[in-house]
Amino acid sequence: MKNYILKRILNLFFVLFLVSIIIFLLLRLAPGDPAKVIAGEHASQEIIEEIRIRLGLDKPLITQYFIWFKQILRGNLGTSIQSRDSIMKELLLRFPNTFELSVFAMIFAGIIGFPAGIISAVRRYSFLDYVSMFIALIGVSMPVFWLGIMLLMVFGVKLDLLPIGGRLSVYIPLKPITHFYLIDSLITLNGRAFFDTLKHLILPSIALGTIPMAFLARITRSSMLDVLHQDYIRTAKSKGLRQSIVIRKHALKNAMIPILTTAGTTFALLMGGAILTETVFSWPGIGTYVVQAVYARDYPVVQGSVLFIAFLIAITNLTVDILYAYLDPRIHYQ
Amino acid sequence: MRQYSALYDTIKYLKKNKGAMLGLLLIVAFILIAIFAPYIAPSSPIEQNLKNNLKPGIWANNPTNILGTDEFGRDLLSRILYGARISLSVGFIAVFIGMLLGGSAGIIAGFFGGKIDEIIMRIVDIMFSLPSILLAIVIVAILGRGLDKAMIAIGITYAPQIARIIRAETLVVKNAEYVEGAKAIGSSSMRTILVHILPNVMSPIIVYATLSTGSAILDAAALGFLGLGAQPPTPEWGAMLADSFHSITGGYWWVETFPGIAIAMTVLGFNLFGDGLRDSLDPKLRI
Repeated sequence: MKNYILKRILNLFFVLFLVSIIIFLLLRLAPGDPAKVIAGEHASQEIIEEIRIRLGLDKPLITQYFIWFKQILRGNLGTSIQSRDSIMKELLLRFPNTFELSVFAMIFAGIIGFPAGIISAVRRYSFLDYVSMFIALIGVSMPVFWLGIMLLMVFGVKLDLLPIGGRLSVYIPLKPITHFYLIDSLITLNGRAFFDTLKHLILPSIALGTIPMAFLARITRSSMLDVLHQDYIRTAKSKGLRQSIVIRKHALKNAMIPILTTAGTTFALLMGGAILTETVFSWPGIGTYVVQAVYARDYPVVQGSVLFIAFLIAITNLTVDILYAYLDPRIHYQ
Repeated sequence: MRQYSALYDTIKYLKKNKGAMLGLLLIVAFILIAIFAPYIAPSSPIEQNLKNNLKPGIWANNPTNILGTDEFGRDLLSRILYGARISLSVGFIAVFIGMLLGGSAGIIAGFFGGKIDEIIMRIVDIMFSLPSILLAIVIVAILGRGLDKAMIAIGITYAPQIARIIRAETLVVKNAEYVEGAKAIGSSSMRTILVHILPNVMSPIIVYATLSTGSAILDAAALGFLGLGAQPPTPEWGAMLADSFHSITGGYWWVETFPGIAIAMTVLGFNLFGDGLRDSLDPKLRI
């Protein structure tokens, strides 16, 4: 087990290393000279040349890559061309926002998608099955950002029940400690900020959680259907166990394993969806950071954020794989 | 003969699947709308009429603009009808690009094996480690904004999955007797791939292509919404949502509602039909 985990961690770094090479090369292919972008439109040739030397852009590509890579290993993703701020600092500041949103989206997806999948499998071909699977299908067919806009329009504008964007109302003070607003407001016993943060979280979480919810419902259903056809379920039923026990103790536990393996995919879906959801709800997360960087052609920020997101996804996959090995005793790793 | 009966079976099964038929109906309807947009659209999708801006539609007794007008006074229905042309062609072209790239990478990896296989599949793994929309955004960042670039970007993001499927199929077909036979009589690698392998690895790709067309349309709309895909005044559904996003606080709900419904309906069509197609081609799923 220890060897397996070690091997997976090494593999993780290898994948990230490859991602970094590809991202580096791709963005070097981009048209436009970064030195010119920094210097501005009317800069003289000497100034551009000076900036190029300062940024190391005059060196060969391989040298440039290794300079960048050495920085990354030290946890330094470089500085933004636009704001001159440290990219790592900005990402770490924004990460709690995206993370809090993703957790709530996942909770929403779980409390609806999971039971819906189970009920659909147990009562297959019932009215309930058709309804929930149709809703799941619509869920994956709808653009996330459009759902966000619709929610905003109904609950934010028309009914005026919930805020139409942002993380916290400007008039409510909150002392940042961890930058997880819910945790910060609990630590500082700031009830007003706590409930205001919750209110801001509701709509974006629903928008972001809908695709994972639909995905989870479909996976849960098919995984449960597979398990429900197994012999041990028939045995459990025929020895007279109540259906609720058969489902909870025999079926669900075994159906969980394939569901869990999709957690990595689900997380990747969330990160992708976050880019759009954050844009709709002007959420100061990693997604809006990437999009703004693309607009501004701020390539170091694009590079850094993509690598950061790849790292997050890789870590999630690793955690899932390790959990998987613990949960399923049939699996042995060399 | 066998192929004919398999096809016959598939069609017979599909005909009984109500969901798949509804999906097909939606797809055909949107294709017809796309083709005949100039004839059925009541007015120009681009011509502005600022005096007539943000007018509600038929629900407010406005028979000239059934779905209302946008902030430049353009007829929303006409824009949505023309938008079908863009969304469908983006979907089809992007998936075609993905099939071309992913398909050739997959066949080469599967057929030649060894180092080439390893390198190609490594690249595929890396592309998988990122969410597709992020990958598309990065590619657009490199190529620049625009509808054509968005199509290429989306196509590239679909290539890895297609490469995986085709590679797995190629590995199976490669060892079939007819491929061995072709090699034995001196068929070149190129000829073997094109004549003997390609036709036999296509069927799983058809399902994937159908399902991907739906998500490619979603991704194109997403890029359009982020301002990285189609540029104004192109009547692309995602870009339309972005253009009038700021006007939702004014209560002009129609400008943000109808383009989204159009996207959802089109994608739903492809998903329903794709699901049905997958079930019919995979007998294991016919439960």
